[in-house]
Amino acid sequence: MTTQETNERLELLQGTLDLLILRTLIFGAQHGQGIARAIQQTSDEELLVEHGALYPALQRLEERRWISAKWGISTNNRKARFYTLTSAGRKQLAKETTKWNRLTAAIGRILESEEG
Amino acid sequence: MWRRTRKASDFGAEIEAHIALESERLQEQGFSYEDAQTEARRTFGNVTRVQERFYETSRWPAWDHFWQDIRYAARMLRKSPGFTAIAVLTIALGIGATTAIFSLVDATLLHPLPYPHPEELVRIEDDLPGAGATDAGISIPEFKDLQRSGIFQYVVLEIFGSANLTGVSQPSRMQYEGVSPAYFAMLGVKPELGQTFDPQDQTPGFTLDVVISDGLWKRAFGSDPHIVGRSLRGDNDLYRVIGVMPPGFRDPGRTVGERNTEQWAALGFSDDPARGPNRSLRLPLETVGRLKPGLTVAAAQSQLDALVASLREQFPDDYPADSKWTVRLVPLKENVVGNVRQSLILLLGAVALVLVIGCVNVANLLLARASARSREMAVRQALGAARRRLVRQLLTESLLLSLLGGVAGLVILFCMKGFLLRLIPESLPRLNDLSINWTVMLIALAASIAAGVIFGLAPARQAGRLNLASTLKVEGRGSKGSREQTRTRRVLVVTEFALSLVLMVAAGLLLRSFWDLYKAPLGFNPQHVISVQLWLPSPNDPNTDIYGTVAQEPVFARELLRRSRLLPGVQEAALGAEPSIPLHHDGNRSALIVEGRQTQSKQTPLVERSQVTPEYFHLLEIPVLRGRLFNDGDDENAPLVAVINQAMAETYWRGEDPLGKRLKLGAGRAGVGQRASKIWITIVGVIADARTESLANASVPQIYLSLYQETPKELAIFLRGDLNASAIPEEVRAMVQSVDPELPVYGAQTLNDAVTASLEQRRFSMDIVAAFAVTALLLAALGIYGVISYIVSERTHEIGIRLALGAQRHRILRMILSQGLGLAIAGAAIGLVGAVIVAHLMAGVLYGVRPTDPATFVSVALLLIAVALLACYIPARRAIRVDPLVALRYE
Repeated sequence: MTTQETNERLELLQGTLDLLILRTLIFGAQHGQGIARAIQQTSDEELLVEHGALYPALQRLEERRWISAKWGISTNNRKARFYTLTSAGRKQLAKETTKWNRLTAAIGRILESEEG
Repeated sequence: MWRRTRKASDFGAEIEAHIALESERLQEQGFSYEDAQTEARRTFGNVTRVQERFYETSRWPAWDHFWQDIRYAARMLRKSPGFTAIAVLTIALGIGATTAIFSLVDATLLHPLPYPHPEELVRIEDDLPGAGATDAGISIPEFKDLQRSGIFQYVVLEIFGSANLTGVSQPSRMQYEGVSPAYFAMLGVKPELGQTFDPQDQTPGFTLDVVISDGLWKRAFGSDPHIVGRSLRGDNDLYRVIGVMPPGFRDPGRTVGERNTEQWAALGFSDDPARGPNRSLRLPLETVGRLKPGLTVAAAQSQLDALVASLREQFPDDYPADSKWTVRLVPLKENVVGNVRQSLILLLGAVALVLVIGCVNVANLLLARASARSREMAVRQALGAARRRLVRQLLTESLLLSLLGGVAGLVILFCMKGFLLRLIPESLPRLNDLSINWTVMLIALAASIAAGVIFGLAPARQAGRLNLASTLKVEGRGSKGSREQTRTRRVLVVTEFALSLVLMVAAGLLLRSFWDLYKAPLGFNPQHVISVQLWLPSPNDPNTDIYGTVAQEPVFARELLRRSRLLPGVQEAALGAEPSIPLHHDGNRSALIVEGRQTQSKQTPLVERSQVTPEYFHLLEIPVLRGRLFNDGDDENAPLVAVINQAMAETYWRGEDPLGKRLKLGAGRAGVGQRASKIWITIVGVIADARTESLANASVPQIYLSLYQETPKELAIFLRGDLNASAIPEEVRAMVQSVDPELPVYGAQTLNDAVTASLEQRRFSMDIVAAFAVTALLLAALGIYGVISYIVSERTHEIGIRLALGAQRHRILRMILSQGLGLAIAGAAIGLVGAVIVAHLMAGVLYGVRPTDPATFVSVALLLIAVALLACYIPARRAIRVDPLVALRYE
């Protein structure tokens, strides 16, 4: 990974990190490092997630009771804090996803009409 | 302020776990352990920043910082106990004194009337400006007009007096008040026991029911729980007690005596002794009313003016145009606050100044400390502390300091409460019990917080504006503060001096007034004179009155005088009516009708009158100027004669010879003075003015009648000689009761005490203002001492060089002193301007001295500068003792 590559990656839009975390957790409990990896891999390494930014976001989501956390053991036998989606979190995810889809669709339409 | 649910260490552990996991993953991809660790940390970003964000989101940082600041401040204060003690004591003094004075102001000026809706209560006074008379009394038809006017909920008449209380263990004199039955309903107060009068009662004359005070209940009836229905005798008349007022209840009267009323009797004011539906017969009654709800005094006054105008048209004979009859509403609270408003505001102003000076002083101390700590502040800022955060921390420190001071002040106040209450003169009018209530506590708290912010701002601002580079550089070389800090401290010292000067001028003027008053020639000689009072009963039933006629009382009076002369040590004795007691404040005014002055026949001026025996003037050493004094021939069988004072001659016979002029006097108190209102009295002598009515006013018009010709019910015995003041009251009691065992004897006092007592209120405010002024001066001296010491220590190096180069020590001394002198003179100059303004505001409480008395101003300014020089001399001496070698090495 060179500096050049890093610069070409997309920075996350404000407020989308929460959505991505919730989305990642839909597949089951995961710890912070796993979430970071998952986001990076699922986006084909296109998105830049500063790992450090993840934890305050996780903390915030936990306080809003959209996710819950518990210390556990990772696959390679290390202690890690695992996050699970709560039912409130699922609802929030659905809401946010709809909102996001509407937003991108709208923005997409505008951009296309400009081009056309 | 919810509790944090997760600990920072837990969050830290999670981050460590993340880095371990990431590093492991990287090692699987072929990184070496070290590279993997580095890369994992790099992709994570700033760990500290993340932890800070966790910290900020997971709790309320302001609260957290606040606690941190408090703990830090407490630690700092503990570390310098000397500074803390001085600062806390200064503030405690300021807050404690302010709270004490404010309690007084609260009870007297702010809540003078402890009754519901006190703003509706008014005194109703009739004025006859054409005849030069104010508060001239009211006639019964006018009273009825007021009741019907629709302006008032209640209008009541009242008359104060005293009566002999008998039928209990020891005959005594009690202060009574005859009132309309609606009196208590008007005030809106309920009795503690029994009931009060029925406001609808229409019984003419006296009803035989009375309400008594808690004090009388305890004093004369031993707190008898079955008092209701018991009877008592007042001036031989039998009354039935129907109620007892609560302990805190005081009558809203104008004098101490009236406020201490012990018995209230209901009076119908529709028949005897308030006779006649005659409009121009003004009775010496007081009128009090409660306005209709929602009516302001001004609105009520304009309605009343309209009523008066229509009455004057309707009854032109009773209200001649030249008398200009008007009726004036005065808020009842003026009874309490009228005389003391100025003195109390003066005290409040003085104490506020002390508080401000105290704050300035503490600000000065804090500044000195701030300059000592500027290195600490600079280092902390260089390490990234936000300026706002530092300012807040310094403010927290000063707030903590002032709150500590405030609490200490209140604690001291509570401990000294008993002592302080004794300092308050009895003559200071108040109806409330003094207490430090919640309002006062809250105000003290607010004052401490305000003080903390005010004196914390200067050092905090400075810390916020510190120039890091230069501070650190300068600090490195060991010198101490910035130029700007020194300037601020000089400004503070000048402020202190200016404020102190204002206070000292105020105190100086009060002192001069007091001294002038104290030294003013009395016009009579109070030395070795004791007066004792007694009261002859004046029952409503004439058949039980054994002193009722002109023939009966003089016999008693002569016997009293004969026996008085036989008492041990007595050289001279005289009798007089109660108003003849010098400086006795319950005056007795009568309408004056001068023969041949027809314009004033109906609406007349009032003069102070009393009755005395011939020996009175000689006993008090009041000289006769013209004509003659009374002699034993002026008795009940001779034509009525009067002696007037110079002031009365000047007022009514300016440029004429008053001797031989004839006059009549209207009835004074009820049932007294019946003869003098019917028969012409001839003036036979003029005496010199004496300050017997008021120490501050020597020229109150006064007229004296012969006691044998016009017999009073309230008697005073005057004794001059080598008297034993502690034995006299009992000796006189035994002597009087050997003539009539039913007579109470009371009010024994030496005239010297009477003179002292009438100076009491003035003395009280003077003492307090003087104490404040001395405190202010000390604080200012402390302030200038601090600044000069600081300057000296800052310049030790420079002084060392100067000395090493051969400077004369006295020149250095002069250099330092001139700095202090400059500050003191600047402060004095500014203070003088303030003092001129304040002195004019307090003109009303001064006596004999002009508000701009140059002697006071100059001597106060000189004293201030002298004290300043003294305060500067101590550090300056230290400067000239500097050993050049030590000073240079020290750096």
